[in-house]
Amino acid sequence: MSVNTIKCECGHINHEGTVLCEACGKPIQGNQHLDGNDDQKVLEMRYDGSARRSKTYKRTFIDKTWAFFSSVKVGVWLIVITLIFSALGTIYPQEPFKNSPLPASQFYETEYGITGKIFYQLGFHNMYDSWWYIILVALIGISLVICSLDRYIPLRRALKNQKIKRHPTFVKRQRVVSSADKLSDENYQMIKERLEKKRYKIKEEDGHLFAEKNRFSRWGPYVNHIGLIIILVAAILRMFHVMHVDDYVWVREGETRVIPGTGHEYYVKNEKFSFDFFDPNEDERFREALEKNEAPIPKDFQTDAVIYKVVGDPVIGEEPELEEIKRGEIRVNEPLSFNGYSLYQAGNQMESEYDSISFKVNGENDQEIGEFKFETDEAPYQVELDDGTVVRVDDYYPQLEFTDNGPSSFSKFPRNPGIIFSVLKEGEEEGERFFYLAEEVIGLSEENTFSMSVSDIDKRSASGLTVKKDNTLPFFLVGAIIFMIGVVQGLYWYHRRIWIHPAENEYLVGSHTNKNWFGMKKELDEIFEGTEFNEFKDQSELK
Amino acid sequence: MDFYEISSSLLSISFFIYLIAVVFFGAILGKKRDERQKSKLTTIGIILTIIGFIAQVGSFIFRWMEAGHIPVSNMFEFIYFFSMCLIFAFLLIHFIYRYSIMGIVALPIAIVLIGYGSVFPTEVTPLVDSLQSNWLYIHVTTVALAQAILSISFVAGLLYLIVKVNQEVRSKETSYLELIMYFVVSVITFVILSFSFGAADYEAVFNLPENEDYTDISYTLPALIGPTDSELATTGHFYTGIEAPSFMNGPEAARKFNTLIWSLLSGLVLYGLLRLLTRKRLGAYLQNKFGKVNPDIVDDIIYRAVAIGFPLFTLGGLIFAAIWAQQAWGRFWGWDPKEVWALITWLFYAAFLHLRLTRGWHGKKSAWLAVIGFGIIMFNLIVINLVISGLHSYA
Ligand code: HEM
Repeated sequence: MSVNTIKCECGHINHEGTVLCEACGKPIQGNQHLDGNDDQKVLEMRYDGSARRSKTYKRTFIDKTWAFFSSVKVGVWLIVITLIFSALGTIYPQEPFKNSPLPASQFYETEYGITGKIFYQLGFHNMYDSWWYIILVALIGISLVICSLDRYIPLRRALKNQKIKRHPTFVKRQRVVSSADKLSDENYQMIKERLEKKRYKIKEEDGHLFAEKNRFSRWGPYVNHIGLIIILVAAILRMFHVMHVDDYVWVREGETRVIPGTGHEYYVKNEKFSFDFFDPNEDERFREALEKNEAPIPKDFQTDAVIYKVVGDPVIGEEPELEEIKRGEIRVNEPLSFNGYSLYQAGNQMESEYDSISFKVNGENDQEIGEFKFETDEAPYQVELDDGTVVRVDDYYPQLEFTDNGPSSFSKFPRNPGIIFSVLKEGEEEGERFFYLAEEVIGLSEENTFSMSVSDIDKRSASGLTVKKDNTLPFFLVGAIIFMIGVVQGLYWYHRRIWIHPAENEYLVGSHTNKNWFGMKKELDEIFEGTEFNEFKDQSELK
Repeated sequence: MDFYEISSSLLSISFFIYLIAVVFFGAILGKKRDERQKSKLTTIGIILTIIGFIAQVGSFIFRWMEAGHIPVSNMFEFIYFFSMCLIFAFLLIHFIYRYSIMGIVALPIAIVLIGYGSVFPTEVTPLVDSLQSNWLYIHVTTVALAQAILSISFVAGLLYLIVKVNQEVRSKETSYLELIMYFVVSVITFVILSFSFGAADYEAVFNLPENEDYTDISYTLPALIGPTDSELATTGHFYTGIEAPSFMNGPEAARKFNTLIWSLLSGLVLYGLLRLLTRKRLGAYLQNKFGKVNPDIVDDIIYRAVAIGFPLFTLGGLIFAAIWAQQAWGRFWGWDPKEVWALITWLFYAAFLHLRLTRGWHGKKSAWLAVIGFGIIMFNLIVINLVISGLHSYA
């Protein structure tokens, strides 16, 4: 790429494609169309007429790509397209939220009919991690980088090179201008003082005055775009598992389980799981609302957890040796963290399993002969009562169901235990059989001397914990902070410049602000009030 | 009187003060620009607005004391907090620009919102476990404030359109403007209807013999559309006998659909009446009343409101929201519908800011964009909460 240069009459050497001389601001002939100044009285000042690559070179493929991505119009289109697709994705629930055992291929059609089917077939049910959504976001990222480079570099050069003395055309063709036939020294000093009071930095040369403030706010957009880029990079990093662990584990009360996603290095024990609902009778304030609500409103869920680390290298299949490293409570909004991992209270199965069932055994004449406790985790086994009677567990079905082949167990979790006992007199081999199911005992033999009944039931709850490790969080946080700094820098401060230009037989004032002309005009009125200058004129007022 | 009653009374008081303030602001319509700015009426209007605002803040504080947590956790509370923020944002802009004519648009919108919010159950509700976090306070309040400030750009935009859309001939622009008017009128009739039938304790109950989860569903407005496969259980109530089409999911959908039809129909009636009375498009009628405004200032307010609101929205709606979600669920972003709509709002206003960089997007085009932006905010607040439910769903 050859770099041609343009020499201005003031002597400054400008890059090819410059619209306004960087030093004196004189419009450079032949380039005015680049910023659309031809048919406009007011000069386009957004980039101070600096030479932007996208406007200058349009020959090669690379030039064209560059020009394409640095166009704000293209950027806005990308944003709008992303916005529209994002919205379309919320018409029906995304796959992870569908909350149904049906597979996606059936769910959307069954639930929402033909529109649901279309939604599914277009792939909208997995909108936000579909490849084309990711490409859209990536294009925004590319556009961000290119447009920022395209403008930041020349703009910084132009603002650095600006001279105090400007060409009269430059001053006259600013948006808000004024003039005076003469200007007394006294008033000139007063203007200077007022400018200083308003924190302008003042430079003077041969009677020319240049006042400027808040140039840093011009860098706001570039800073915020850097923040966005960091966030996008963090999002890409997050796709890799080293950076991000996301798993789930159910732990019953009293149980110790390996924490998934930690490479068998950590175990968690659920010592106790407690929960609490709002009680309409306890809290008068909420009574009306609570009574209206059919489902109880949860107040608190809590797992008392112990975290263990495996001593030495974990060997799969071998009972590991565990060492306690942390102990604490896990609640919604209050995760428990250890070595970069966090456990979140996410789900609960309340009193969904039987922990133990106690039975009473009566002998002849309904005389009580003993009591025993059946532990669901230790079955099957047998117990001997005080008088030598033996109760033997013949069959145990943790989650009882009846199939064509008789009773069987749906799972190994004691959610609905079924137990077949034999009660044997001392020394005998054959006894009377009893069947426990649904919290009742039924005798199976025809004539019973013994009888059994349930005397106590102990249930337990399981706690669902999300396992998280996210090394990308700091990146997101830093990106967000930089974005906020940039946005505030660019939107809450304004870059303002005022030129006082002694021309042949008049004084000219031109002013520029990158935004908030309302405030600028107010400030100008305050600064020039009571001087010879005419009322300020806005040369591009809305009609 | 307990805190709850004090809070309710203060809310009613502020509601009426706002109504009176509108009258004062309205009285300056038709006057010349200079007269308006100096008019005593404006000063009284502003003072009334401030008093109303103080009453509303008081109502908010008492409700807070009653509930023991910040009252922003259900539909009623959120809308009502939002309207408070809207008044605050209006006052803020007023003290920057001293452009009182904004009040004639801002206050009625706040009033309509308060009315709309009051249709929802007003009892204090306890906080479900996932909402018991300080981040709730921070997140919800900044979002509401940011959205209120962004809405000011809609207020200015609407003002701009009322004054600037050419009403001499019918055009797309006049039609869209009428559509906005019609929406506002429909919300008003909806509120009036709800309160009238509410005051009369109207309740028609439908039985749903074939539904397993719901036994019955009660209507508080006469049933134009009943639930699918239902029977009217109460006697003496009006029912057209038309059932909701079966694709509408869940029996609640039919009730909401019925309410929607009521609002749109009654809105149509009131809108038609107003058209007959004024013998003009409402836009044309208002344009006549409003007279001239300074388009540069209004355009500047449209932009400035976004410039102030956008960073605040980013902070509250995205950053604080993400921090809270990380703490509560271990994932700072989950593509929940509410989150997606926050992203959409954010993207929209980012697009708005970028369009402002291009020539030709000031003035009327910006005003239309501001209207769309408000549409997105309202969609997020109302439709997403009531229809597309997600983790954040209130009602
Ligand atoms: C979601 C993505 C984006 C966000 C949130 C964003 C945000 C912003 C903000 C807040 C400003 C300041 C606006 C103002 O001062 O009024 C800005 C300026 C700007 N943005 Fe973006 N932007 C995004 C994407 C893009 C893209 C894709 C482009 C590419 C064309 C782009 C190009 C620009 C330009 C050229 C400026 C003006 C710079 C200046 O005034 O010197 N932005 N952006």
